[in-house]
Amino acid sequence: MSHSAPTPRVDDREVPSLVDPVFELADLTVYYDDYAAVRDVTMDVGRTQITAMIGPSGCGKSTVLRCFNRMNDLIAGARVTGKVSYHGEDLYAEEVDPIEVRRRVGMVFQKPNPFPKSIYENVAYGPRVNRMRPANMDDLVEEALSAAALWDEVKDVLKKNALTLSGGQQQRLCIARAISVKPEAILMDEPCSALDPIATAKIEDLMHDLAREYTIIIVTHNMQQAARVSDRTAFFTAEVDEEGLRHGRLVEYDVTSKIFTKPGDSRTEDYITGRFG
Amino acid sequence: MSASAVTKSPRRRRPLREGVFRVSLYACLGVGVVFLAVLLAYIVVTGWDRLDSRLWQNFPSIQIPETAGAQSAIMGTIWVLGFTALYCVPTGVMAAIYLEEYADRNRWYNRLIELNIQNLAAVPSIVYGILGLGILARGLGFGFTVLTAALTLSLLVLPVVIISGREAIRAVPDSIRQGSYALGATKWQTIWRQVLPQAIPGMATGSILALSRAIGEAAPLLLLGGLAFVTFNPAGVFSPFTVLPIQIFNWISRPQEEFRILASAAIVVLLVLLLAMNSVAIWLRNRYQKRW
Ligand SMILES: Nc1ncnc2c1ncn2[C@@H]1O[C@H](COP(=O)(O)OP(=O)(O)O)[C@@H](O)[C@H]1O
Ligand SMILES: [Mg+2]
Repeated sequence: MSHSAPTPRVDDREVPSLVDPVFELADLTVYYDDYAAVRDVTMDVGRTQITAMIGPSGCGKSTVLRCFNRMNDLIAGARVTGKVSYHGEDLYAEEVDPIEVRRRVGMVFQKPNPFPKSIYENVAYGPRVNRMRPANMDDLVEEALSAAALWDEVKDVLKKNALTLSGGQQQRLCIARAISVKPEAILMDEPCSALDPIATAKIEDLMHDLAREYTIIIVTHNMQQAARVSDRTAFFTAEVDEEGLRHGRLVEYDVTSKIFTKPGDSRTEDYITGRFG
Repeated sequence: MSASAVTKSPRRRRPLREGVFRVSLYACLGVGVVFLAVLLAYIVVTGWDRLDSRLWQNFPSIQIPETAGAQSAIMGTIWVLGFTALYCVPTGVMAAIYLEEYADRNRWYNRLIELNIQNLAAVPSIVYGILGLGILARGLGFGFTVLTAALTLSLLVLPVVIISGREAIRAVPDSIRQGSYALGATKWQTIWRQVLPQAIPGMATGSILALSRAIGEAAPLLLLGGLAFVTFNPAGVFSPFTVLPIQIFNWISRPQEEFRILASAAIVVLLVLLLAMNSVAIWLRNRYQKRW
């Protein structure tokens, strides 16, 4: 496979300027015990934009992503310094409840992880645990499944175990599940890496639709995917320190078309043209 | 290596070696199966004459073996086992949840607890009998009752319940927990709504197998006044009691042939109870095979 620079996403939608960012990272450093996995990340994330994070594996993309909904809290030994703001509020402030953060900032994982329950129960779970008590749960489930472009495929089998679905369907179910609690942002950690090209294309289309309403941050190792779907792209890499430890670092962050056509850093250029490692 | 070396040379040796290995495997398996079958057949044949309703309708009797039955022992077994389950299953499950989901493994006391549980599972049952006698029966004044017996047996099988409970919890993949947390679920909700429902079949299987160990225990109960001669069913947790293994033990040590036959019949009853419990455990395991 040749690595010519992928064509940037062609979109009639004007890329909005970041006057009102949803997230702002300032000098974010994340440690696992004493090891700084990623250092000094400063970037902001625009509302209803798709922001892609790319870079070689191990450079800390997932680590940074987990800061946006405080999933890092669940990892023993993980801690952050610097600032993560959500609409100007410090996400890691004392009084912030990580549970509430995760309700507003959903997450889709690399490997589809539906609950081993019915399709319906998978979607209804989020509203239930958040005590949303919708007037009609059936409607809410339908709405979420429709938004995830899955409704037509599953509307007659809602009682079936979610694990009987195909991988691509499972991943869209996970997206529906994330949507069910009406978050503002959705984090996706390599959501297509376990899927075939057709299922991948479906998810990419879906992200396009979702971006009308949701702020999406996607980690991907697939540069073509970043180019196709995202408005902005952050390129991370790992730097080796004197002791031989690898620390992730944000190299360049810009409008996607710019990253892929006129990268400002030679490392970015090497990576996207496939000259990297 | 040439093709002939791959295809020919082993072919000459393999049949013999493999054959010998196979035969010895069957032999080992055979020892277990044949032994069990002979034992079962012997017991059923010996006890056949007394395998009738007298066994569960009548109470034990010293003088007249012809009408003696094991009703009080059967009922005693059911009572003791029922209360054992009532005490040890919730306790064991809670302990397993704590150790798997809450305990910080870097703390010395959690590691100590873990080590202790592993060791407790290997402590001989008679030691638990002494513990029950000293602390429960005498110290706390529970006396020689169903309560004391059930608590003692609970302690005896608790490590097994905890260990199997932990395994069941650990078998629930972390991705399920993360999926739940990512939706804004609390730890409590995640455990109750995702982890436990999926761990329950495994926990139930483990608990039943643990209880089927308890059902055959005679040693600790001998110390706890599992009196051999009880002519009434337990009426509550503070009743005196006897259980099948003790009744069997008692009958076997009598000189009269009739009592030996009776013992064999009672063994069959015990085995049927045991097999029934194990079948439920196997059924549960197959019914809820891991689906991820
Ligand atoms: N839970 C964890 N505990 C300890 N180290 C971790 C953990 N998760 C990731 N790391 C380390 O942090 C670095 C960045 O990992 P990650 O964020 O997963 O990278 P990426 O997603 O870019 O592949 C790697 O060196 C990885 O080994
Ligand atoms: Mg990753």
